[in-house]
Amino acid sequence: MTRRMIFDRRHLLQGAAAGLAASALGARPAAAATVTIGFIYVGPKDDYGYNQAHAEGAAAVKKLRGVTVIEEEKVPETIDVVKTMESMINLEGASLLFPTSFGYFNPFVLQAASKYPQTEFRHCGGLWTDKNPKNAGSYFGYIGSCQYLNGVVAGHMTKTKKLGFVAAKPIPQVLLNINSFLLGARSVDPDITCRVIFTGEWSLAVKEAEAANALLDQGVDVVTCHVDSPKVVVQTAAARGAYVCGYHADQRPLAPERYLTGAEWNWATVYKTYVEKFLAGQPLPNFTRGGLAEGFVKTSPLGAMAPDAARRQFEAKKAEMTKGGYAIVAGPLKDNKGALVVPAGKKYLETAVELESMNYLVEGVIGAIS
Amino acid sequence: MTETITDDPARRGERRDFATERAWIARRAEPLVIVAASLLAGCGLFSLLLLTLDKSPAQFFELLWRGGFGSWFSVQNMLSRTAPLLLAGLCVALPARLGLLIIGGEGAIALGGVAAAATGSALSSAPAPLVIAAMALAGMAAGGAWIGAIGALRHYRAVNETISGLLMAYIAIALMNHLVEGPLRDSASLNKPSTAPLPDADRIGAIPGTDVHWGLAVGIACCFLASVLIEKTSWGFAARISGGNLRAARIQGLPVGALIVAFCALAGAAAGLCGMIEVAAVHGAANASLASGYGYTGILVAFLARQNPLAIIPVAMLLGGVGAAGGLIQRRMELPDATILVLQGMVFIVVLFAETLYGRFHIFTPERWARKG
Amino acid sequence: MQTTDIGYWSVPLAIVGGAIRVSTPFIFVSLGETITERAGRANIGLEGILIFGAMSAYATAVLSNSPWLGVAAAGVSGIAAGLLHGWICKFPRVNDIAIGIALMLLGTGLAFFFGKAFIQPSAPRLPAISLGFWSDIPQLRAALDVNALFVIGAALAVFLQWAFRNTRAGLILRTVGDSSDAARAMGIDPDRVRLLATAAGGGLAAIGGGYLSLYYPGSWNESISSGQGLMAVALVVFSRWNPLGCFAAALLFGGAGALGPALQSVGVTHGYYLFYAAPYALTLAIMIATSSPGRALAGAPCELSITR
Repeated sequence: MTRRMIFDRRHLLQGAAAGLAASALGARPAAAATVTIGFIYVGPKDDYGYNQAHAEGAAAVKKLRGVTVIEEEKVPETIDVVKTMESMINLEGASLLFPTSFGYFNPFVLQAASKYPQTEFRHCGGLWTDKNPKNAGSYFGYIGSCQYLNGVVAGHMTKTKKLGFVAAKPIPQVLLNINSFLLGARSVDPDITCRVIFTGEWSLAVKEAEAANALLDQGVDVVTCHVDSPKVVVQTAAARGAYVCGYHADQRPLAPERYLTGAEWNWATVYKTYVEKFLAGQPLPNFTRGGLAEGFVKTSPLGAMAPDAARRQFEAKKAEMTKGGYAIVAGPLKDNKGALVVPAGKKYLETAVELESMNYLVEGVIGAIS
Repeated sequence: MTETITDDPARRGERRDFATERAWIARRAEPLVIVAASLLAGCGLFSLLLLTLDKSPAQFFELLWRGGFGSWFSVQNMLSRTAPLLLAGLCVALPARLGLLIIGGEGAIALGGVAAAATGSALSSAPAPLVIAAMALAGMAAGGAWIGAIGALRHYRAVNETISGLLMAYIAIALMNHLVEGPLRDSASLNKPSTAPLPDADRIGAIPGTDVHWGLAVGIACCFLASVLIEKTSWGFAARISGGNLRAARIQGLPVGALIVAFCALAGAAAGLCGMIEVAAVHGAANASLASGYGYTGILVAFLARQNPLAIIPVAMLLGGVGAAGGLIQRRMELPDATILVLQGMVFIVVLFAETLYGRFHIFTPERWARKG
Repeated sequence: MQTTDIGYWSVPLAIVGGAIRVSTPFIFVSLGETITERAGRANIGLEGILIFGAMSAYATAVLSNSPWLGVAAAGVSGIAAGLLHGWICKFPRVNDIAIGIALMLLGTGLAFFFGKAFIQPSAPRLPAISLGFWSDIPQLRAALDVNALFVIGAALAVFLQWAFRNTRAGLILRTVGDSSDAARAMGIDPDRVRLLATAAGGGLAAIGGGYLSLYYPGSWNESISSGQGLMAVALVVFSRWNPLGCFAAALLFGGAGALGPALQSVGVTHGYYLFYAAPYALTLAIMIATSSPGRALAGAPCELSITR
């Protein structure tokens, strides 16, 4: 209790200091009249991937009136991100922050949120629970549906019935994407398999290229991935004549002839909703999630090389998913060791919390989680 | 690397006259003036680059000051970033006194952090001071063993320490990732694989009145301890003698093998402690973020400090302050994050280049005053 | 796309293919550093030069639409950086290793600074030479797609091995590396030789960077190098300043690096981080096995600060 009070008093002092700092910054013409919103990225914001998807969302916010957007890229998941958030608050008067990397949340966003109760923090990743500070929150998108759609197109395009997936780490979000991709393909042809290679890092160019080559050596002819920057995987696979499905952002310009479609974030929807609410003085939701139906995610336009059958199934499935209530993970479902992981009749909608602790690869995925 | 001045009259108890005072000041002013002038020259060079890009150097340095040093918030920001660099710098500086170039501190930091986190979660029911002490010991032991092994390989098998250090850093980081995602993973850490979180009581808090964690104080204390070790003990004396020429030292009968292993182990212990502090004060668990480059920045810190443990303190603060201001500069001037790297690279090349200026200026070398007069 | 199922044969094939694909930057950087160190100077900043080379090659290729012009631009930028290092280090009391570290920082910083604008555009890639045309197996053909730079690197290793022993320039280089005083007695200016050797080393390292951005993985981004430049400098000591040794070490390192992805592609996933550490562990094991206190400095240039 006493600790809490000391905390508050300290915050009061900091608030005063922040006020002084803000007035000292009078040189910035727009500072007083607008709301300052900070975006923090873990990598370069033009990486053709995770960070670019968020930066495109930030760009949409910049167009709103009464808003000043400040951005900082390549902020590691260390004490650096705490200091970046504090610096945005103390030195630039930011009142709403979007720290976008998954690893920022615990402990860094939580620390900053309890230290600065007047500032709103919304973090990408869906980790917030009601035990966490009320001025913090989470948003995330159900992108598994788009990976399923990637799989549908891949299932029509593959001749060898072997797909490939370059993944960073065997964590639930990635496993869900791998499983969704294969399940989509198996909805076309149940004999299709998917080989997966984990690179162990979110961004490591040479290893991603090696992984793509190793997959192609196995006879894989459609590749997708879940790494921060899919550029290398897309280019390597396309250069060897395989088809690719994108992830995070639109990578079509990198390989127009080989790029089938892609699972993309649509953060502009999320950020604009938050910021409009914030400008109107309404409380921000602590927890927001959405999929295709809510416009949180989208697919890259289907490439012209896709045959009509693929196009029909892709569009029909997408329409069905966009209505909401579609379950990709539905029983009976076995993992790739033969154990029944989802009994017959049971199904998990994309909102199901069970999917957030996924720890298996479904039957047909060649690979293991160490 | 300071030269002992044998003819200092003050030591012999004589009265210092004006000329002696002047000579004393001149000798000590030399490094300060040279370092300050080269810092300025480096910044000047960098300003030229900014001007060619149509950016204002004045605004840049104003933001650098404001973001890194100019307010209590900025000072705390700077000090928070200084903390890990002190111990990472020591990890390079100590072996360097023996002429060994060890650039594998990053690995010892990672393993020290993992060892500390594993110890912390194994002992979580014990009293907090005990847990913290055990974690520190575990981190130091892991780091010490890792870098100590590099020293042992060097002495007993003549394996070049620079290469084995680099190789072992990569191996250590792979091992850390393997442990954190495998055997030591907390099953609740779903999408950010980590070890079990430390209870709040077992974490290292902030120095009262600041939001800088105690790791800063520990780092400064270690720099002083290292300085005492090198300057005042017989081990340090032996190290200074062997420094740069191990073969000659061996001929003189110094215990070169023991010295090498001990200095490497101490260096590793410093890095391991750095990892432990990252776990206990910053992350609350061990995860892949432990390998965030402090070990590599430590190389730079040590070389700029000319391997002098006390000089590591201001150098680490300078780097910490520049790092603290980096974000503000990026946001305000719309310059890429790499701007700070360019500034550091330019300034450090000039500062290191300026080593050649020592002894070249008449005004700083009293021995030569009389000759001219 | 035609494929043949080759099952577990893909693992040795991937090691061969990986050795060819991944080794080229290591070959160029380590040969460059061998020239520099043979002259008695160490430039451990080649990592920075490699990254700057990767960026300048990519940027030039984007702007001129010619990948070979990109390689040339990388070479020029590397020579300039090498000259800077060589010139600074000729002054007394300047520590070549410290300057190398600062140069690593500056090279990386400048590359990222000016490279921002080139992350998005696509550059034309260097062409591959198909040495596997005789085979019907597409995987084998893909593995034997070699880049001209790999061939040049191999030829350069053989040439340097010969030239160090049999040419006047090689003799001068080695004399300077073994004793500045002896060189001066022969009327050679050691600083000038070292300046040229460092420039040559920088140029080669930057071309290695050009291979990264223009051929494999063939893309410019800020994680293009994962320490290849630093590792290649280490391989020089590993191969005892021997050009053919550098070539072999680079192949070994590249091949071992392909092991992790190849094993995973056939379903061996457990402990993948440890497989990825294989090149480092293998190199370390070989070093421990082949070193002994008696022959510690065999082959080391006596003037070299790094091995004193």
